[in-house]
Amino acid sequence: MHRLLALLLLCLTLTGAALAQAPADGAYGKLAAGSYSDIEAGVAELVTSGDPRAGTVIAALVDGRLYARAADKALLIRTGETYVDARTGQAAEGATDGLKALRLNNKVRRAVDAAQGQLNLLSPDPTKRREAADAVFKARDATALPAVEAAIARESDAGIKRTLSEARAAAILAKPTSPESDRLAAITTIQTRADGDAMAILRSLANDPSEAVKTASAKGIAAIETRLAIIGGVQNVWYGISLGSVLLLAAIGLAITFGVMGVINMAHGEMVMLGAYTTYLVQEVFRAQAPAWFDWSVAVSIPAAFLVAGAVGVAIERGIIRFLYGRPLETLLATFGVSLILQQTVRSIFGPTNREVGVPGFMTGAVDVFGLSITWGRLWIVGFSFALFLFLLFVLRKTSFGLKTRAVTQNRRMAAAMGIRTPWVDAMTFGLGSGIAGIAGVALSQIDNVSPNLGQGYIIDSFLVVVFGGVGSLWGTLVAALTLGVANKLAEPYLGAVLAKIALLIFIILFIQKRPRGLFALKGRAVES
Amino acid sequence: MADTLWTRRGSAILLAGGMALSLFGASVARAEETIKVGILHSLSGTMAISETTLKDAMLMLIAEQNAKGGVLGKKLEAVVVDPASNWPLFAEKARELISKNKVSAVFGCWTSVSRKSVLPVFKELDSILFYPVQYEGEESERNVFYTGAAPNQQAIPAVDYLMKEEGIERWVLEGTDYVYPRTTNKILEAYLKAKGVAPEDISINYTPFGQSDWQTRVASIKAFGSAGKKTAVVSTINGDANVPFYKELSNQGLKATDIPVVAFSVGEEELAGIDTKPLLGHLAAWNYFMSIDTPENKTFIDQWHAFTKNPKRVTNDPMEAHYIGFNMWVKAVEKAGSVEPDKVIAALPGIEQKNLTGGTAKMLPNHHITKPVFIGEIKDGGQFDVVYRTEEPIPGEAWSKQLEGSKDLEADWVKLNCGNYNTKTKKCGGA
Amino acid sequence: MSPARTPLIDLKGLIFLGLLAAACLVVPLLNLMVPEGSPLHMPTYLVSLFGKYLSFALLAVSLDLVWGYCGILSLGHGAFFGLGGYAMGMYLMRQIGPRGVYGNPVLPDFMVFLNYKELPWYWLGFDMFPFAALMVLAVPGLLGFVFGWLAFRSRVTGVYLSIITQALTYALMLAFFRNDMGLGGNNGLTDFKDLLGLSVQAQGVRVALFVATAIALALGYLIARVMTVSAYGKILIAVRDAEPRTRFLGYRPEHFKTLAFTVSAMMAGVAGALYVPQVGIINPSEFAPTNSIEAVIWVAVGGRGTLVGAALGAIIVNYAKTILTGALPDAWLFGLGALFVLVTLFLPKGIVGTLMQRYGSRRAAAKLPPEPELAPKLVEEGRGS
Repeated sequence: MHRLLALLLLCLTLTGAALAQAPADGAYGKLAAGSYSDIEAGVAELVTSGDPRAGTVIAALVDGRLYARAADKALLIRTGETYVDARTGQAAEGATDGLKALRLNNKVRRAVDAAQGQLNLLSPDPTKRREAADAVFKARDATALPAVEAAIARESDAGIKRTLSEARAAAILAKPTSPESDRLAAITTIQTRADGDAMAILRSLANDPSEAVKTASAKGIAAIETRLAIIGGVQNVWYGISLGSVLLLAAIGLAITFGVMGVINMAHGEMVMLGAYTTYLVQEVFRAQAPAWFDWSVAVSIPAAFLVAGAVGVAIERGIIRFLYGRPLETLLATFGVSLILQQTVRSIFGPTNREVGVPGFMTGAVDVFGLSITWGRLWIVGFSFALFLFLLFVLRKTSFGLKTRAVTQNRRMAAAMGIRTPWVDAMTFGLGSGIAGIAGVALSQIDNVSPNLGQGYIIDSFLVVVFGGVGSLWGTLVAALTLGVANKLAEPYLGAVLAKIALLIFIILFIQKRPRGLFALKGRAVES
Repeated sequence: MADTLWTRRGSAILLAGGMALSLFGASVARAEETIKVGILHSLSGTMAISETTLKDAMLMLIAEQNAKGGVLGKKLEAVVVDPASNWPLFAEKARELISKNKVSAVFGCWTSVSRKSVLPVFKELDSILFYPVQYEGEESERNVFYTGAAPNQQAIPAVDYLMKEEGIERWVLEGTDYVYPRTTNKILEAYLKAKGVAPEDISINYTPFGQSDWQTRVASIKAFGSAGKKTAVVSTINGDANVPFYKELSNQGLKATDIPVVAFSVGEEELAGIDTKPLLGHLAAWNYFMSIDTPENKTFIDQWHAFTKNPKRVTNDPMEAHYIGFNMWVKAVEKAGSVEPDKVIAALPGIEQKNLTGGTAKMLPNHHITKPVFIGEIKDGGQFDVVYRTEEPIPGEAWSKQLEGSKDLEADWVKLNCGNYNTKTKKCGGA
Repeated sequence: MSPARTPLIDLKGLIFLGLLAAACLVVPLLNLMVPEGSPLHMPTYLVSLFGKYLSFALLAVSLDLVWGYCGILSLGHGAFFGLGGYAMGMYLMRQIGPRGVYGNPVLPDFMVFLNYKELPWYWLGFDMFPFAALMVLAVPGLLGFVFGWLAFRSRVTGVYLSIITQALTYALMLAFFRNDMGLGGNNGLTDFKDLLGLSVQAQGVRVALFVATAIALALGYLIARVMTVSAYGKILIAVRDAEPRTRFLGYRPEHFKTLAFTVSAMMAGVAGALYVPQVGIINPSEFAPTNSIEAVIWVAVGGRGTLVGAALGAIIVNYAKTILTGALPDAWLFGLGALFVLVTLFLPKGIVGTLMQRYGSRRAAAKLPPEPELAPKLVEEGRGS
């Protein structure tokens, strides 16, 4: 009965596309069969069949709107509350209960990516064409060859054209029957790409029957390897700078509270944590109130984190630390207590589990610079940490507040005699250091867990950075953070993460023997106990 | 100093008084006759992030049992302590629970080291521990009941799935440097080699606890994956190192369709801290997923939301393990008619309990249980979409068949009364 | 300063040693002699618990020796404590013999499943107690000596010294976490069976361990006391109060400091060795920097530069921890944090220091100098001229 109906429908709708549509029947049947391998095969067949509805059907599959009816293996697409027949686009007949959504796993997803790539090769939108070309290249599918060749003929954008010819080369190499001369030319094309994907394709030719192809691919691999080794070195330096910027962020607030004020501030990490939680709260407000403006939440988070952490810092200074000036070691004890209290407070309010901090759109993705992959998130963090450093430098060197801070630091009694309100300066300086730590928390929430333990992970490294750079020297903190970051990342590939870190700690211990006041020892004010 | 001696003395007295009071409060015995159950999960420190949920789950289960009338006509009373992620403190608190609070059974521990730390205490004082977390195996003790997965109930089915369904030929075994990943990776390495994977197609790497900078590692995984063979990562990365790892994966644009990652320690709770959109398709292997649609699971989730008064709280695999373990304990106590550890230990093997995913868990003579295995893909919203499940529940193996040292060992507390019986020498090892 | 010699044992020392002696008598009596069920009976778990406190007290005394009398704020004493503990742990592991789960007569269990074929060289000799006991002293002592000699010769002082001691213990923690170290990785060493042929779980052995710890604490106290009241101790205090001036008087401060640091490290090692069999596990988290900071806090709570106070502080803080983690599992960190803050604000000299100031004779009260200053802020121009 249903078959008759379907036939009738077909007859009604069939026009010129009828000839092209016939082979797609098998594809629909496979899709409806429901196992992952069937769906995978069905997607591939659907595309090669040239069925005009292929794009719509695959899009529905990706969105989870493609359903199979168990009773008659019909395929339906849901749009809102209504269903249409996948093959025809007509309103669906029959019952809509007992429908099962077609599901995807990675295998199907790969097939879908390749299929959408082929379908979008001729899309008017250049970004879509670029993505499509990439997808086809990755799929390395011999059957895509005609589609790619058609696309190359029509492509006007040089960049996309290059990717397309690479995709063509990959397809040629994937086809065992292609002539040797074509294959050799393809190898040359692939080789110019010179990245990991190119390497993967050339490596897969290791068992090629043709000797010429084998030697050409081996040569190609060697050439790419040299290039990748050079890039790898530069990449490691970049990783080091990026790690250094994280260390700088973590340490920079401490460079004020500890470096300038001399408070052994064990609660520093908790200020960073407060900044991260503030980011979370701000994002929650944005998610609820203005989801469209989510990317702008950062602009609110930064001042909010500064204010929250700064206010807590001022409260700690007024409540506890001001009684302890002249007894720096006791600040260690008191701030350790404060850090326990702050951790437990946050744990009581937000619970012990991680909070989700979203990544703003402009911080996702990566940019390719001469084969060097630089992720936007890291780039922003590096830039942000340097900006923060410069801001702090400016505040301390160029503002009246900075002048007072330095005066109080260097000679408290003289500063007081000159009419500076030293208690006020103390509170504000501690607040500034804490607030800066809070801002660091905004950035660190992007790459780390936002949990009550967040601060604990950074406190030791922060102290090491400040001490290694020389207590009291902002430039020392900057140089120390970058040195340690880069050294760590350059050593990591050879020693592994743990040994690299241990080696660095031993280096710091020995370095302090040579320069007992750190990299940038302050002259004249050196402390002799 | 301006403060007078009076204030100093006063505060000292106050402190001393406060401590004395709290000691007094803790040691006063309750008048009402109850059965006490100890809960030994870290509520502070690094492990609080995972373990606090389990404490809440236990409190819920106990409250529910009490609503049903308790056990043996008596109410249950939970005794909660905080071992603060400090391993010697675990042993001290276990001793306190058993000796001082006289609990009948303890539900607790997460890390292997905490279990190892309390083991001698449970053996010495002859009490019962229910351990709810997937672990490295290689252990079977008379006083411990392992309700989490052994390696054969998690790792091997996951690898099988990747091999069959995704055609993976090249493997990165990425783990945190401690016993569970080490053992699991050794088992997997032996298994993969037996399946014909070449040694150069397996890369094993360990990172320290709390690793937060994954740039180099993710880049080298990418490089390893460009050898022209389909590559997957098997991750035994522990707890808080996972969030930075996944964030770096999505940063560097490594999608599940390029190199899928299958994780054994990442569940709903861990995903709660990450934006899961870029992670679509990465996998996890567990014996329970919150998204599994059964009436039992729905009731459990509803109860959990009602108990925590938070409709967003997620459930996870170790919670189900506690659910199974606790109900098994209740049944065993009722069967034995007593809470005496010896009788309960004898009653437990053979006890069956419906699990939350529609099957039945059975306590085996080796003190492990049978469990179904699910492979889930991460989907939007921090949940998993089950893409594969084993037909039959898999019995937990205390001793791995893949490891040189343990392949001849067998655990059977019913017939052999031994946790490490050597089938070759016909001897029970250990003391 | 009075020219009269400071007595070796003053009033607070007498009270302290008296209490320790009393504990050595009373605890075994209450535990072994008084029958269980009697209200006076002391359960065995309390014996081990108090034993643990006493080993912490010894660690605190060792720390006070260098911090209170020598001005060296070590944030890495956990390193020596942990090394001593590992030396003892290795001995206890070797004593397990073939009773491990895999039944290997030589290799500890964790080595069997990590495929070790033979014992690494650094495990050799640890099956003999005298060797292990020697290592308990030698390993921390050697590390303390080398580290101290390097640092004090280069005149690394103040916070720079504190932070590199922290780096030291942090590096050790990372190293010991590595399973490739052959020391059990994160799981550390556990499942101990025998000590000197006797079961570590036996009641008698636990009591004996408690008594041994009490005696070690008393000895440690006396050694520290001898060192600080002798002529050597006077110079040590001089170094603490004005290192350059002492140097100009012709002394070599680095020698005095190195000796004190080495002795202190060995003492901490002994504390660790006594701690391990009583808690039943040693794991790299003993090297965690926060543990070392906590030890500093015990000393500050009890009273820096009083020795007795250090021991008392260790016991009080740990006792509070035991009580609070059981009684207020969700909020105990508030209590502990508040304790630290309140003590600093209201008892700046610590408990014993405050008591001494109030009741003790002026002469006996330890005169703490202004603390060594750490950072530019605290430097007043013209000071010291």
